[in-house]
Amino acid sequence: MGALMVIFSLQKDQRRKRTDSVEDELELSAVRHRPEGLEQLEALTRFNRKELQILYRGFKNECPSGVVNEDTFKDIYSQFFPQGDASTYAHFLFNAFDTDKDGSVSFEDFVMGLSILLRGSVQEKLNWAFNLYDINKDGYITKEEMLDIMKAIYDMMGKCTYPLLKDDTPRQHVEIFFQKMDKNKDGVVTMDEFIDCCQNDENIMRSMQLFDNVI
Amino acid sequence: MAAGVAAWLPFARAAAIGWMPVANCPMPIAPRDHRKRHDELIILNVSGRRFQTWRTTLDRYPDTLLGSSEKQFFYDEETKEYFFDRDPDSFRSILNFYRTGKLHYPRYECISAYDEELTFFGIIPEIIGDCCYEEYKDRKRENAERLQDDQDDNKDCKLPNMTYRETMWRAFENPHTSTMALVFYYVTGFFIAISVLTNVIETVPCGATPSQKDMPCGERYTIAFFCMDTACVLIFTVEYLMRLFAAPSRYQFMRSVMSIIDVVAIFPYYIGLVMTDNEDVSGAFVTLRVFRVFRIFKFSRHSQGLRILGYTLKSCASELGFLLFSLTMAIIIFATVMFYAEKGSSSTKFTSIPASFWYTIVTMTTLGYGDMVPKTIAGKIFGSICSLSGVLVIALPVPVIVSNFSRIYHQNQRADKRRAQKVQKARLARIRIAQTGSSCTGFLQSKRNDLLNELLELTGSEEEEQQLNKGMSLLESQHHHLLHCLEKTTAHEFVDEQLYEQNCLETTIQSYTSRSPSFSSQDGPIGTCCTRRGKMNSPLPNSSLPLQPSHQQGSLQELSALHIQCGDKLPHTTSRSSLNMKTDDVGLINCKGSHITTAIISIPTAPSDTTDGGAPSINTTASSNVIKVSAL
Repeated sequence: MGALMVIFSLQKDQRRKRTDSVEDELELSAVRHRPEGLEQLEALTRFNRKELQILYRGFKNECPSGVVNEDTFKDIYSQFFPQGDASTYAHFLFNAFDTDKDGSVSFEDFVMGLSILLRGSVQEKLNWAFNLYDINKDGYITKEEMLDIMKAIYDMMGKCTYPLLKDDTPRQHVEIFFQKMDKNKDGVVTMDEFIDCCQNDENIMRSMQLFDNVI
Repeated sequence: MAAGVAAWLPFARAAAIGWMPVANCPMPIAPRDHRKRHDELIILNVSGRRFQTWRTTLDRYPDTLLGSSEKQFFYDEETKEYFFDRDPDSFRSILNFYRTGKLHYPRYECISAYDEELTFFGIIPEIIGDCCYEEYKDRKRENAERLQDDQDDNKDCKLPNMTYRETMWRAFENPHTSTMALVFYYVTGFFIAISVLTNVIETVPCGATPSQKDMPCGERYTIAFFCMDTACVLIFTVEYLMRLFAAPSRYQFMRSVMSIIDVVAIFPYYIGLVMTDNEDVSGAFVTLRVFRVFRIFKFSRHSQGLRILGYTLKSCASELGFLLFSLTMAIIIFATVMFYAEKGSSSTKFTSIPASFWYTIVTMTTLGYGDMVPKTIAGKIFGSICSLSGVLVIALPVPVIVSNFSRIYHQNQRADKRRAQKVQKARLARIRIAQTGSSCTGFLQSKRNDLLNELLELTGSEEEEQQLNKGMSLLESQHHHLLHCLEKTTAHEFVDEQLYEQNCLETTIQSYTSRSPSFSSQDGPIGTCCTRRGKMNSPLPNSSLPLQPSHQQGSLQELSALHIQCGDKLPHTTSRSSLNMKTDDVGLINCKGSHITTAIISIPTAPSDTTDGGAPSINTTASSNVIKVSAL
């Protein structure tokens, strides 16, 4: 009798394990993500319905599962820069878009980022740019972080450039940047320094408005 | 730019805001989107079946019919739809290509009909997705082969301008082409048969004459047989010589198997003629006559089946070799065992291991002559094991050959597919060139176009400007604008491989020249600078400007004056991007000729960038400021 019970319980465990594994498999295979409704997204972002529709259609076409992981992101972004290697910069971009740090960019992340970039005020855009540069998100841009970003940008140019890219070109560019931005010369750029400096620079202000009519 | 990512271009452009604070130059102006930015549904009526899709879906591939303005030709004003009088079933896969970016080949579709549809809609077949590409290529190859066979059949009619030699060769290879060829074919066949028959009958004992004992016919009717042999050999020799004469490649012909057989068939006769009636040599001579049996192989020209058999054996050679090897192993094992088993018994035939080989072979092939039998019990046991295993071993070859044949056949198919894989790389390269790669070269091309545009605006020649404003799609212009912004951010330009190589060369040259601003030392870099400029002028596309060399000479002199004045600043190539850029353009301007003076022109552009604060303004007599002549 006891033996029967043991056998029976073992079987039940097995069945449970089996169903668990089946569920696990289902979960793994179906990484689907459905975004919030149109109304909520309309409220969260500054796009209207039609624009959201267009954006979502493009997004879903390229990523049918509804989320973009970093590799896909890098692939997509690299296609725009055939001569160089856009993967490093794409990595930083990915981190900038993936605000909830879950390793994938869902449509909400995507559209909220775009909303700031395309419809936000200059202050918000500069905020976003600062966030992009501040790799470890500690509120300060150090020279090393800026150097990484700069190298990533120069990588996108590839090697066939004119004039030839020297090895210290990114470093020089970082120096220029810090000279401009770092007012108190403490070796880091804070958010306020950054925003102040950018607002005083005509070129930057003008170029911030450049992409306003992209969507 | 690849397909679906066109949808992500707005994102890439928006993300470019991340470069703005870093850039030190003003950004170029974005291309204006003249159309209203709402997406509209397009109705495509294909032979009555209506397909609907978004306009932007079709715009993804601007170099196809549906993506370009070519579809306007099919626009029906009354029904406000695009009507195509084509197959609606094939159109499904074509439209799916726009939607998903992958072109699939449906199996039920006929290959030539599908090809035609693709050609009509301007889609290159190379972009068929990997899932369907193999099938597509296979079908295409089959079709091509079938067409080729049909063509070959039709080619039997005599082509007009064939030389006599070619006619002969064709007659030899295809006896059906003419009556003469057929006659020749049958005559040679007949003589081969006669020759073989003669060889056979020669050895038959012909019956006893009263004078001598029984002797073979060959020795009785020597003259007759000799005449027969001579006649056959004469015919074969003539045939061989004629084939040799008619062969398109004599060397190839002489190396082919059939010609070797021919030679081997007729040689013994000639050797026999030449050799004297020497006792020592006649033994060898007799052996040579064995080779006459090779004449029977000449039949393989007459029989397709023989040829196929020969090919099968040749292709199964390695398999048969391995089989032979395993058989040999088994024979050796059993012979050894039998020898030692029978060693004890008296008057045994198993005198040595090689002697036992004969027993093993006869037993394993289930022949069982009975000339050697084991007598001991152990010998009988092992003998039975030997015959049983022999049955198994001999039953193996047939399926091996069969499976080998089918394997070789499929291997052939796979070899073709592997060749197609190599073609795959070429295919991918082609696709890349057609789609992605063109974005960068297109970008460089459009930069030159823009340059020319500026120039023409200067001189005010309208017609040429129109010519240069080729219809670049909005997508492309936006992409190019994005690349412009990157260039401005990094203050470097994209160039193509060629110029990059030259620049590399120059920097190595410059690193060797001294820094003193003497004339001679500057000649090197100047020379290369100017030649580079000259070369940059040459691949100008769509250019209707004639580049006159005389003007260029003049410009070179002007520029060399320029360079001397800037002295030792020239070797710096790092952040002088705009300086060098400007001199490039000056060269261009100078080549235009009469409209523009050879002095530097100052054009009011955007305020000069701060990186060039350090750059010297070229203080020539004519101008004042650093200029940038470019649309960037």
